[in-house]
Amino acid sequence: MNLRRFFSRPQSAPAARERLQVLLAHERASVGGSDLLTKLRDEILQAISKHVQIDQDKVSVKMERGSQVSMLAVDIEIPFDAGKKAA
Amino acid sequence: MGKVIVVTSGKGGVGKTTSSAALGAALAQNGDKVVVVDFDVGLRNLDLIMGAERRVVYDLVNVIQGEAKLTQALIRDKRLESLYLLPASQTRDKDNLTEEGVEKVIRALKHAFDWVICDSPAGIERGATLAMRHADVAIVVTNPEVSSVRDSDRIIGLLDSKTLRAENGERMEKHLLLTRYDPARAERGDMLKVDDVLEILSIPLLGIIPESMDVLRASNLGTPVTLADDRSAPSIAYFEAARRLNGEDLPVTIPGEKRGFFGKFFGRKAA
Repeated sequence: MNLRRFFSRPQSAPAARERLQVLLAHERASVGGSDLLTKLRDEILQAISKHVQIDQDKVSVKMERGSQVSMLAVDIEIPFDAGKKAA
Repeated sequence: MGKVIVVTSGKGGVGKTTSSAALGAALAQNGDKVVVVDFDVGLRNLDLIMGAERRVVYDLVNVIQGEAKLTQALIRDKRLESLYLLPASQTRDKDNLTEEGVEKVIRALKHAFDWVICDSPAGIERGATLAMRHADVAIVVTNPEVSSVRDSDRIIGLLDSKTLRAENGERMEKHLLLTRYDPARAERGDMLKVDDVLEILSIPLLGIIPESMDVLRASNLGTPVTLADDRSAPSIAYFEAARRLNGEDLPVTIPGEKRGFFGKFFGRKAA
């Protein structure tokens, strides 16, 4: 009985490995990553404001982190009269 | 000019002090002049592991505060004349470790020794960051277990950002020392394998220390494991790790593995 349990028991190391890989992908991104996000936001906004006038409050930057890829979403509201270049 | 090595891990109880003492003794047996420095102020244990607990008079904090000279605080090993210990303070607060004080001590030790091994306390606080601050090489001690691997990953991040080398834009040399490894359990699939840990942490492997009763036996006796019995499996693994630290290109094998069949699968190359 015990022997059968021993042999039928699933291995635990693959679970450990997978959990670590997912967790560390997140932790690495969040420890060193908040700076990256701010930098990306600032530089993207800078690039856009060269061409159109944008309201800093109407900008949202989101970053979703997955195990394989992360997604950076930048949502910017551009008003009708934005064509008039920023003063 | 000597090399400064930090032995670190983040997590406690994985074998930093055991490894510091064992590697220090292994390097000193080559005739190199070695000093092992205990940075665990308030919870010193390196003195006990090295069997010098009754010979401590002055410590690292005394030297930093100017209450003793470095030569007064250094304890020479009774078995190996080129092995020294600089104990931590047991009574003082770790806030007594100042960055300038530590820098002065490390600089002086670098001039006098071939190897300066800094035994880091657990955690990521002041003691741990000061222990790694001046290092040329880092040894990350890790058990094949989830919490240890996670903490090692965090420590690797700190080594790449908070050390002098990192701040000067230089590369921090990091090595993985996998301790308490049980090849039978790994083969059964109930322990992370060497390759799993290497893939996750992606730093080169310095050695694999097998789980062994010899380690506890040596600490009971107050003898670095490499001095207690130089033929035991963990000793052989530490001796090989010491040779790799010296730059030798020695393939890593699982020590203590008797079934030759597995040897084929476990044969590893040091990076």
